[in-house]
Amino acid sequence: MKNKIVTLALSATMGLMATTAMAGTLEDVVAKGYVQCGVTTGVAGFALPDADNKWAGLDVDYCKALASAIFNDADAVRYTPLNSTERFAAMSSGEVDLLSRVTTWTMSRDTQLGMNFVGTMFYDGQGFMVRKDSGITSPSELSGAAVCIQTGTTTELNAADYFAANNLEFTPVVFVDRDEVVKAYEDGRCDVYTTDASGLAANRTKFAVPSDHVILSEIISKEPLAPVVRQGDDTWFNVARWTYFALLNAEELGVTSANVDEMLGSDNPSVKRLLGVEGDFGTPLGLNKDWAYQIIKNVGNYSEIYERNVGVNTPLGLERGVNALWTQGGIQYAPPIR
Amino acid sequence: MAKNNLAFVRKDIIDESPAPNLSKGIVGWSKENLFSSPSNTILTIIGMALLLYILPPLYNFVFGHAVWPGEGVTVEACRAHGTGACWAYIDDRMSFFVYGFFPKDAYWATQEGFLASIMQYWRVNSVFAVGVLLLVPLMWPDLKYKTVNAILFFVVYPVFVFYMLKGGVFGLEEVQTESWGGLTVTLIIGLVGIVVSLPMGIVLALGRQSKMPIIKTACIMFIEVWRAVPLITVLFMASVMLPLFMPVGMTVDKLLRALVGVSFFSAAYMAEVVRGGLQALPKGQSEAAASLGMNYWKSMLFIILPQALKHVIPGIVNSFIALFKDTSLVSIVGIFDLLKTVQISNLNLDWASENQAITGYLFAAAVFWVFCFGMSRYSLMMEDRLNTSHKN
Repeated sequence: MKNKIVTLALSATMGLMATTAMAGTLEDVVAKGYVQCGVTTGVAGFALPDADNKWAGLDVDYCKALASAIFNDADAVRYTPLNSTERFAAMSSGEVDLLSRVTTWTMSRDTQLGMNFVGTMFYDGQGFMVRKDSGITSPSELSGAAVCIQTGTTTELNAADYFAANNLEFTPVVFVDRDEVVKAYEDGRCDVYTTDASGLAANRTKFAVPSDHVILSEIISKEPLAPVVRQGDDTWFNVARWTYFALLNAEELGVTSANVDEMLGSDNPSVKRLLGVEGDFGTPLGLNKDWAYQIIKNVGNYSEIYERNVGVNTPLGLERGVNALWTQGGIQYAPPIR
Repeated sequence: MAKNNLAFVRKDIIDESPAPNLSKGIVGWSKENLFSSPSNTILTIIGMALLLYILPPLYNFVFGHAVWPGEGVTVEACRAHGTGACWAYIDDRMSFFVYGFFPKDAYWATQEGFLASIMQYWRVNSVFAVGVLLLVPLMWPDLKYKTVNAILFFVVYPVFVFYMLKGGVFGLEEVQTESWGGLTVTLIIGLVGIVVSLPMGIVLALGRQSKMPIIKTACIMFIEVWRAVPLITVLFMASVMLPLFMPVGMTVDKLLRALVGVSFFSAAYMAEVVRGGLQALPKGQSEAAASLGMNYWKSMLFIILPQALKHVIPGIVNSFIALFKDTSLVSIVGIFDLLKTVQISNLNLDWASENQAITGYLFAAAVFWVFCFGMSRYSLMMEDRLNTSHKN
C-alpha cells in the first residue's frame, strides 16, 4: 500500500511535468508508424501470449483496433509489458502511447495522475462461485455460508460490506495466497469462493471438473477496466475514445468483420456513417474516412472481441452480463456517429 | 635355545588375506558408515524412513504419474485426478520459454517437420550455435589460438548477437528488444553481466588500492554505492525512475537499462572479491616485480593479478552464479526472462490444471540448476589445473 502511494505521488508530480510537453501523440504515432501499447505482464483473457507466442486478449485487441484506425493495419502495434507499479510512470515519461492493461477507472487516478480514461472496455466486479449441486442461485441465499477469501485485499472488505449490508451471517475462511484459497474451496472447506468475476472464471478452469461450479451473476463491487491516455492531448484522447465507441456502435448495428464488406452497401444511414460511405467522420478525428471500417475489418466489433477472448466459448467462459449492449440489458453504450 | 628346536619357522611373508566378508563391499561400507554406533544406527533408520516417505511420491510426481508429451495428449490428461507433473505443457510452450515473443521466420513458420522447427527461429538458434562453438574451445584448457578465440568471443560475437537478434540490417526484419524473451534473454543478461563485471571489477579493485586520491575515491564511491543498494531497487530505479529524468520523448531501451544495472551491480561485488585476492599476496611480490624493473601495469599483469585471481576463483564463480540467478529479478520490471515466461505461461488457460504452475517452476528450477552446476564444476576443474601447490 505504502509502495502504491509513493508511486502514485511520484507519477502525479512527474506526470504533470511531462503531460504539458507531450501534446501531439497522434502526430508522433503516425510519424513513427506504430502504436506503443502498454499491456499487463499477463492476465488470462486480457493480455497473454497465445499458442504462436504473440500477445492476445481483450486489452490487446483494443490496441489492435486503435492501430487499425490509424494505419489500416492491426499489427502496427508494439507491446510494452508493464507491471502495476510501472504503468503510470511509463505513461508520464512517454514510453508508451496508451495503457490498455486491466486498469480500474477510479476518481483519484483520473484526477490526480494526469491521466484520462477512455471508456470502460470491461465491467469487472467481485462475484461469487459456488458448487452447482448446492443449488444456490443468488448471493442472498448465502446466509451462514463459509466463504473462502484472500486476505489483505479489497475483496475481503467488499465481502464484509456486502454481507453486513444485507444482514447475512457468514464465516470468512481467509488465506494469504490465491492458490491456497482456490485449493481450500476445491477441497470443500468453504461453500463459496469470492474474488473478481474474471478471476473466478480463470481459477475455475483449474478444477478437475470446471462445470461442477457456477459463478453467480450478481456482482457486488465496481471494477470498470478502461484504457488510459495522457491528459492534455485531446486529439489523441478522441481517437482512443472513438475507437472504443466504434467497436460498440458496430455491434449495435450488426456490423461484424465477416459482413463488413457487405454492409458497405447497406441502406441504413447509421451504418453508412459508421463505415464512411456517407459523410466524413474520420478527417475531423485526424484519421481516414474509412477508419471505423478498418477497425471492424481487422479486429471485429465489441462482441467479436469479447467472445474471442473472454466469452462463453473460451476457457474463461464469461457471460456478457453487464457488458452486454444497452439494448440487450447491459450497460455498454456508445454515443451515435453523426 | 637352538634354532632347530623350533617346530616351524616361516621363511617368507604370507600374502595378505582378503578382508573378512563383513568388512568389505556394501556390507562393510554400511557397517562402517551407517551402523557404526547405536546413535548412528538410529539416525540411519530415521534418515531412511524420511527418504522412503519423501522419495516415492516425489518420483511419482516427477516421473511415474507425470503426463508426457505425445500424440493426442491434451490438457484433459493433465486435469485428471491424481496425475503428476504435466510435462506435455512444458513441451507445448517450450518455444515460448526459449525464444519469448521472438517472431517466427515468415517462410519456415508455414513448413512442417523437424528442420522447420529449428529454422523457424534460425536467428536465435544461430546465436546459440555460434556461442557454443566459440565458448567451448575458449574454455577447453589445452587448445591453442586462445587470443583469436577470445577476441572472437568478446568482441565479434556480441556484435553478431546484437545484429542477428535486433535485425534491421542485411534484409533481416527488425525485432524490438521487447520481443526478446525466455532463456535467450536470461543468457544474454547472464553473459553480459559476467563478461562486463569481471574486468570492471578488476579495474575497480585496482583503483581502490591506488595511491591517486581522485581515482581511489571514485572507485570507493562506486563500489560502496552499488553494494549498498538492493538489486531490485536498482532495477526499479532503472525502469521506473530513469525515464522520468530523461528529456521528453527520449527513451533508453528497457533491456539495456537492466543490463547496465545488473552489470554495475555485480561489478561492485566482483571488485571486493578481487581486492580480497590482492590483499592475500605478500608485499614482496610487487617489490620483486619492481626490482626487476617492471612498471605498474607490467607487474600487475604478469605478477600480481595472475596470483591474486587464482586465489579467488571460488569467490569469482560464486559471484557469477549469484549473478546468473539474480537475472530472474528482471522479471519484476516487465522483462521476459526465463522465469517470467514460465510465470506468464502458468496463467495460460489452455493448459490450466492443478499442477500447471508446479510443473512450470520445476522446469525453470531445473534449467537454472543445469547452468549453475555447470559453472561450479568448471571452476573446480580450473582450480585443480591452476593449482601450483601453494596449498596443501
